[in-house]
Amino acid sequence: MNRAALLFAALLLIAFPLSLLAGRVWIDPAATPNAMLILMELRLPRSVLAVIIGAGLGASGAAMQGYLRNPLADPGLFGIAPMAALGAVASLWFGFAASAWLLPLFALAGAGLAMALLALIAGRAGGIALFTLAGLMIASLAGALTALAITLSPNPFALSEIVMWLNGALTDRSWREVAIAAPLVALGIGALRLAARPLDALTLGADAARSLGVDMRALLWLLVLGIGLAVGASVAVAGIIGFVGLIVPHLVRPLTDRLPSSLIVPSALAGALLVLIADSIVRVLPLVSELRLGIALSLIGAPFFLMLLLRMRGEKL
Amino acid sequence: MTLAASGLTLRRGKACVVTDLSAALEPGRITAICGPNGAGKSSLLSALAGLIPPADGRATIDGGDLAALAPRERARRIGYLPQLGEIAWDLSVRNLVALGGLPHGGPGPGHVEGALEAVHLTELADRPVSTLSGGERARALLARVFAGDPQWILADEPLAALDFYHQLEVLAALREAARLGRGVVLVLHDLALAMNHADRVLVLDQGRLHADAAPEDALSVGTIIEVWGVAARWLGEPGARALVTG
Repeated sequence: MNRAALLFAALLLIAFPLSLLAGRVWIDPAATPNAMLILMELRLPRSVLAVIIGAGLGASGAAMQGYLRNPLADPGLFGIAPMAALGAVASLWFGFAASAWLLPLFALAGAGLAMALLALIAGRAGGIALFTLAGLMIASLAGALTALAITLSPNPFALSEIVMWLNGALTDRSWREVAIAAPLVALGIGALRLAARPLDALTLGADAARSLGVDMRALLWLLVLGIGLAVGASVAVAGIIGFVGLIVPHLVRPLTDRLPSSLIVPSALAGALLVLIADSIVRVLPLVSELRLGIALSLIGAPFFLMLLLRMRGEKL
Repeated sequence: MTLAASGLTLRRGKACVVTDLSAALEPGRITAICGPNGAGKSSLLSALAGLIPPADGRATIDGGDLAALAPRERARRIGYLPQLGEIAWDLSVRNLVALGGLPHGGPGPGHVEGALEAVHLTELADRPVSTLSGGERARALLARVFAGDPQWILADEPLAALDFYHQLEVLAALREAARLGRGVVLVLHDLALAMNHADRVLVLDQGRLHADAAPEDALSVGTIIEVWGVAARWLGEPGARALVTG
């Protein structure tokens, strides 16, 4: 554990209990009626899920930036999140989402399809540029099909469900979603940690990394697996939650020695913290209907991204 | 302990960049690879590092095919410094150099310090690499190769970014590595450096081995006219030669 990991773990330990109390109704465990029931069945699974998703997205972002050697890279570049979203949209379109298990399963199938397509392409060549372009093509295709599903939506109800779902949220999530996401995200982060040292070697470029014994194809497989599981599971239970994978590694990087391997665990913790705080804020905001988490994070994320670009013009990252 | 190419042919895409080249390099010596732009020097060096699979022929270490070695095992034995000195993140010099120990699961005790000392960067060890000059960066990248403690050091133009003083210092460090029994193979553009500091020179021309001999023979005035198309002559004594034209 490095310094940054300890810092974010400590902050997470402070923020987590507070997030349980925060909401449209602030809970006083001693006074509120049914406090335990609300905490255990509504708020605790939601907060746990926020931590799981944030951790998966943060770690994926750190690994992705390490792999592409670019601080502007986002796990969405692999096309996994848009394909998972397409899977979920398909289940809503066909009206399968009546069963609570089907939507996440469809989303996971979408993520799996994206991973298979990427692996198929990586199996042929494996160059970083080609691979990124392939990811972008998959993302763009999934986006187009999602848009098509929206325009051809069978009824206004499905349309509204699809649009609401695409803007990710953690509203009304239960232990079921936790049970789906937790093992997959944990496996995903595990795979990304295995990729950590090879990512360090990649700091010196692909040729130097290979000369240091890195098997570039194995590295790519680990990343597709890790990001596929972590991001796919996140989208399956919460919809699209953008910008976490982009912003978090940035906030964390200056607190570390900047080696990609030093970034993965702290980024997981910081991502968990960010999503947990953002989700607590959308619960507390006095709006008629709750602000969607995905929208809230993009509202913070877009200006941040712009600031980053402006800063990068003058400074090496 | 030899690093050898036999009947080696390399392709990049459809173009043949090295054709039917055979040479056996011994450890304990500095071998320079020289030739005009596009002669295939960097491709040959990459193939000897096991990074480009031969289209035909073999690249071997101690008689065994490089391609058959596990990547990590190959990395422990051959250190390779590419021409483009890329450093994606703003690491400290010490962490950069320590990357050289990755094939061993981390640098050996004292290897990072020894490598920093060999290139005179001990005092800059904790500086971020973004604050280094071009020459300091090039030396830090070379130290990364030293830190892996490889049997073979293969470096593509390691002296190009260095001033005269540091060229000599780095050459002294490479000479010391050779004296300790390592093999050193350098791609060099500066023919005078090759002439004065290498034990053996391979001259490549359009992917073919034009000469393979001691520097005085391999870089003769005749070879320079044939391969580079430049009428030049050597001045000075052996070991202190200067190449002049006109």
